[in-house]
Amino acid sequence: MNTTIMLFLLQDGITNGAIYALLGLALVLVFAVTRVILIPQGEFVTYGALSYAMLATGQVPGTARLAVAMGLVAFALDLFFARKALHARLVIRSVALNIVFPVALLGLVYALVGPHTPIAVNIALALLIVAAIGLFLYRIAFQPIAHTSVLVLLIASVGCHLALQGLGLVFFGAEGLRGPALSSAAVTAGPLRFTGQSLAVYGLTVGFIVALWLFFGYTKTGKALRATAVNRLGARLVGIRTTLSGQIAFLLASVIGAISGILIVPITTLYYDTGFLIGLKGFIAAIIGGLVSYPLTAVAAIVVGIVEAFSSFYASNFKEVIVFTLILPVLVLRSLAAPQVEEEKD
Amino acid sequence: MTQRLPLIIFALVMAVIPLVPGIPPFWIVLLDNIGLAALVAMGLVLLTGVGGLTSFGQAAFCGFGAYTTAVLTTAYGVSPWLTLPASLLVSGIAAVLLGLVTVRLSGHYLPLGTIAWGIGLFYLFSKLEFLGRNDGISGIPPLSIGAFKMLSPDTIYYAIWVAVLLSALLTMNLLDSRTGRAIRALRRGHVAAEAFGVQTPRAKLLVFIYAAVLAGLSGWLYAHFQRAANPTPFGAQAGIEYLFIAVVGGAGYVWGGVLGAAIVVILKEVLQSYLPYIFGGQSQLETIVFGIMLVLLLQLAPQGVWPWLMSKLPFKPTRKTPDTSVKLEHRERAPGTSPVLLHIEKARKQFGGVLAVNDVSFDVNAREIVALIGPNGAGKSTTFNLITGVLAATGGKIFVQGKEVENAPPQEVVKLGVSRTFQHVKLVPDMTVLENVAIGAHLRGNSGAIASMLRLDRADEAKLLAEAARQIARVGLSDQIDQLAGSLSLGQQRIVEIARALCVDPMLLLLDEPAAGLRHMEKQRLAALLRQLRDGGMSVLLVEHDMGFVMDLADRIVVLDFGTKIAEGTPAAIKRNPDVIKAYLGAAA
Repeated sequence: MNTTIMLFLLQDGITNGAIYALLGLALVLVFAVTRVILIPQGEFVTYGALSYAMLATGQVPGTARLAVAMGLVAFALDLFFARKALHARLVIRSVALNIVFPVALLGLVYALVGPHTPIAVNIALALLIVAAIGLFLYRIAFQPIAHTSVLVLLIASVGCHLALQGLGLVFFGAEGLRGPALSSAAVTAGPLRFTGQSLAVYGLTVGFIVALWLFFGYTKTGKALRATAVNRLGARLVGIRTTLSGQIAFLLASVIGAISGILIVPITTLYYDTGFLIGLKGFIAAIIGGLVSYPLTAVAAIVVGIVEAFSSFYASNFKEVIVFTLILPVLVLRSLAAPQVEEEKD
Repeated sequence: MTQRLPLIIFALVMAVIPLVPGIPPFWIVLLDNIGLAALVAMGLVLLTGVGGLTSFGQAAFCGFGAYTTAVLTTAYGVSPWLTLPASLLVSGIAAVLLGLVTVRLSGHYLPLGTIAWGIGLFYLFSKLEFLGRNDGISGIPPLSIGAFKMLSPDTIYYAIWVAVLLSALLTMNLLDSRTGRAIRALRRGHVAAEAFGVQTPRAKLLVFIYAAVLAGLSGWLYAHFQRAANPTPFGAQAGIEYLFIAVVGGAGYVWGGVLGAAIVVILKEVLQSYLPYIFGGQSQLETIVFGIMLVLLLQLAPQGVWPWLMSKLPFKPTRKTPDTSVKLEHRERAPGTSPVLLHIEKARKQFGGVLAVNDVSFDVNAREIVALIGPNGAGKSTTFNLITGVLAATGGKIFVQGKEVENAPPQEVVKLGVSRTFQHVKLVPDMTVLENVAIGAHLRGNSGAIASMLRLDRADEAKLLAEAARQIARVGLSDQIDQLAGSLSLGQQRIVEIARALCVDPMLLLLDEPAAGLRHMEKQRLAALLRQLRDGGMSVLLVEHDMGFVMDLADRIVVLDFGTKIAEGTPAAIKRNPDVIKAYLGAAA
């Protein structure tokens, strides 16, 4: 085997794997806190990527308007569920979060959009839009059924995926989009050329892993999120607002998804439905990591990326088969290693 | 047979529909699609709703069924009817292979694992040369009887709906049987079911295979309905769709699967044909609306539509009371009649650094009530778990009737005549008291899944239910026999657990805090029952915190503190023992 080819494949695999790692982390995060298996994670990726790409061409992406619409629904739900005890503070908070924030964001997008807007501004706008969508998605679809079984949450999650993917087609069209690179810098090391883009991918992935680790290990909010994950009722009894935990988890997941999207859209063309498959590969990593371990998920994601790169080179027809069956030996090992534990399910 | 009546009416209505003059052919196509989806959903009802195993991969099993017949009929010219067993067999074998790996996965690994192999198989279907890659296989011959070929949607309609109705009937028979109760107990964890001899891994694999075979049947019908097979309908999206058909309809109910299929298929059709008129030709709009409606539906009826509809019915279906005159043979007893029933020798259990049970030794003799007492955390329940095989001991030996129980699994321990109740009640809340108690008699019946489906198990089943009813009467809960176990008070649920344990026909009864949550009169009745059992030849080992109850009832008392035995003797001696007083009241007392 040619060393150069191998190094290229490795590099490619690691770059993709880093993206899968980010998504895997987000999935673990959301599942741990809310028990929702976040199928729409892929839509956060495409929404982030394609919103950024559209902003770069000077257009206003439909996602900004979607955020406003979802904010209105979220506001209505807030009012409806609090109808028995309507405080002024609650209403003001709800108006600020659900109406003022997305409307201001839409206004900002209209004000700033243009073919010469700096890349950093476009990135910030795309992130804010997707963050708002993620936040409202939890409020609308999951918060009212937060107490139900994992299965019901999962099906609701599928429903969200379908709706968001359909909306993606409306907003971005069936044609794929590609965004401008974050930087044109490049470093050459031996036969390999590291673009600024791939360096950004590595840097951000490592940054996020460290940040999540610090957040969950050392901050009060992070610990509250973990407590919610272990025992919802117990967390509520000690004064943790579990709905807030869910919102934070979704906010983080949507931002992570959007960042992943923005990182890959300059490398490959993304279509409105690409996110699903990318998200699923994040899933594989998350499953290998057991849905609990962040570092293991990250390592697994890198492995998935490398396996994908090599199999697309040697057996491109069976690339997906190989990637998705990669999980079976892992599951076998887990089954053999894990002791049968009693589970009380609802 | 009042329960059969709605089914017969439904079958008649379905039989007449295609004969109604002027019915649009398109409706028949829809009904065909509903039937095909209902078959898969029915399997999922059993697998996911009843058994608690979520699978996204059912579409792949449809693929196995469809491709098997496609290859056999087109490449080898096999007659379509002959390929039916082949299709079912291939789906079944695929399920055994995937199931051996998958059903052992706990909790959330399971659905995620099924997504992964579901997608893997989809890509495999679309890449393999002999399956026609992405184009699939076309030109599959239609089903035919003699010269009559089922070419049009309204002829294969009957094949599809006969399959649906038969499957529904078989599935309902299965659920209402010894095996069915074992399956229904799976969702609530495996410890309780295993304590009565249920081989839970086998029961899980059974439902997995059953669901896969139903999916394979649907795939086989689909191939002969479309006369072609390509990978698209067997992909991840389809797998997800089948699951939400089951959930929308009501995942715990056989008819929920059929209703869910009707709702989802019709909804999709309506959205596809009418939305463009309302909003103009915007593509993919139906997916958006469909997704939103799905979320909305789940928020309004998280349990599904079928149970919601049933709760609106003005009448409740009646249950037949079992005939208690049918005798159930006693369990075969080991010939050894040593006076020492249970002999524990230096039993030891360590959890990491915690020594929960520290070299505890004691005996339980025949016809004796022994109480195991001690402050909270003394290791009483852990001792129970060591005896019954729920936990493996770190050291020591346990003998039942002179036979060493070498860390045997719970299913083996119960065969020795040791049955138990649990400190935290482990009943299946959505099963009736009768059904819960009948799980206790699991090992005293022998009908398997196939016999149950074909209703060949009725004699066996009548004996089990009669025994369950007798034990319920014995503990004084006959009035609650048809209530759901979850609707009883906690005290009554503990008594139901005792009835379930009695169904084993045990020699030794282990009761973990049986009197907790009982009122004074109920405690007295329980004490009288336990004395009566002892006088009838049974031994009882019980953990209890109510000292009045224990001192009054027990022949002998064993006291544990921090995992160590500190005293053993008659109630009178224990009351005066200084170590016991110190353990309970502290040094100053």
